[in-house]
Amino acid sequence: MLYAILCYHSEDVVGSWTKEEDDAVMAKLAVVQEKLVREGRLGPVARLLPTTAATTLRKDREPPLVLDGPFAETKEQLLGFYLIEGESLDAVLDTAKELGKANPGGSYEIRPVGTFFPGPSAGAVAPGQSGEPKP
Amino acid sequence: MTELAWIDTTLSAARPQAIGALLRYFRDLDIAEEAFQEACLRALRLWPQNGPPRDPAAWLIFVGRNAAIDVVRRRGKERELPDEAVLSDLDDAEASLAERLDDAHYRDDILRLLFICCHPDLPATQQIPLALRIVSGLSVRQIARAFLVSESAMEQRITRAKSRIAAAGVPFEAPGPIERAERLAVVATMIYLVFNEGYSATGLEAPGRAPLCDEAIRLARLLLRLFPAEPEIMGLTALMLLQHARTAARLDADGAIVLMEDQDRSRWNAKMIAEGLALIDKAIRHLRPGPYQLQAAIAALHARAVRAEDTDWVQIDLLYATLEKIQPSPVVTLNRAVALSKVAGPEAALRLIEPLAPQLSGYFHFFGVKGAFLMQLGRNDEARTAFGRAIALASTPAEAAHIRSHLDRLAHDSAPAGATV
Repeated sequence: MLYAILCYHSEDVVGSWTKEEDDAVMAKLAVVQEKLVREGRLGPVARLLPTTAATTLRKDREPPLVLDGPFAETKEQLLGFYLIEGESLDAVLDTAKELGKANPGGSYEIRPVGTFFPGPSAGAVAPGQSGEPKP
Repeated sequence: MTELAWIDTTLSAARPQAIGALLRYFRDLDIAEEAFQEACLRALRLWPQNGPPRDPAAWLIFVGRNAAIDVVRRRGKERELPDEAVLSDLDDAEASLAERLDDAHYRDDILRLLFICCHPDLPATQQIPLALRIVSGLSVRQIARAFLVSESAMEQRITRAKSRIAAAGVPFEAPGPIERAERLAVVATMIYLVFNEGYSATGLEAPGRAPLCDEAIRLARLLLRLFPAEPEIMGLTALMLLQHARTAARLDADGAIVLMEDQDRSRWNAKMIAEGLALIDKAIRHLRPGPYQLQAAIAALHARAVRAEDTDWVQIDLLYATLEKIQPSPVVTLNRAVALSKVAGPEAALRLIEPLAPQLSGYFHFFGVKGAFLMQLGRNDEARTAFGRAIALASTPAEAAHIRSHLDRLAHDSAPAGATV
């Protein structure tokens, strides 16, 4: 089974870390990640830019509504995510609108990725595995 | 991170929200600060045993408020109680915490806290230290170090600023939309001043002042989270991120300025640039350009250029021309002239700045730029005169040293007969 681990923390607190503190945390995480790499279990890892850089597309109406800021509706739950390459916010919004047409309702939060590590084992664990147990 | 360090970061992160709310209850900055202080002391005692609360800011507000009510009562015995009207919020001290901690309140609480630090009665030299002390929670010693004054002088400056605010009265009613927009603009200016205090430092001062840039960015992000759809606040945040991203490459080992075209771009902070560019992208969608967005867009074009020669000077010139229209200033025109010199040559640039001479006769950069244009045109004697004026007007040894390097080049270039640039 492939799992996503969603990272929650106070942005105020993490944003107050000095560069040294931030580097120290990242170094400690790297140790754990290396172990996962050796075990062939690590897929892509992304660290997102602050929520201030976020845009939300509400696709529960037509045309969909573009809002500044992160998604903050507690009645809906995080059900999945895409990683999309895009020239600009506008280009990514176009893609999101297209996806939204195919699956209306709810919202997409669009957030630039700050640090991205594709994960050497992504190929080994990812393709086509939707979580079904292997026969 | 150790537990103590974690608590420390949490306390400083919760500070603006907590002090802002306490200020609303007590309508007195000193009481609000004392209340927060007391709450922090209790947090340091209790959090290691009980673990951190779910909502640290709410905890600090609640505990601080109760502590301060005691203090106010005790003080009542020593001196006259404050006006009842002033303490009207205490009547319903039993009101539910949930209602008290309404998010809508937070927004105006923090804005008010920032806004009183930029009270028009306060000169900038007092606004910035006050904001750093009250909102950011830097110690008087840290602020004094950044401003190169003694701790007691800084203490005095902050005390004076606080009493001016107390005398002037703080606006406590929730602001209407127009007033809120005005407050935002004033606060944005103050945040950019904080940033520039850090950014403009060179030489030995630079390391001590660099934290001011981080602090300004933190304040801007805070403001942006409260007002997520304000394109100028996005622009301000982006501008500071894009400028701050160059920090590691901006000064040489002696703290002297390295011109942008000579900077080692691999030392620019890619993550800050990415965030700055993302914010501009968001701001532009609003189609409500403003000075911060335009300056950020200019900084973005520099950030996007992999090498100095890849810089899109045509776009930069156009952006400066727009900035000139919405915020006319001789300094903006001077900056535009630098872009124009790259697009249309030094002669056109020189023509653009000549009318500025009367307004900028005491401005270091005017003569530095003018000298550079004249030097490019091979008018070396006039260039020397301009550089001489610039050195006389330099406010830091780094500025003077930079101009002297031009003069050295002129001397070197004129040695072989007829050599021009």
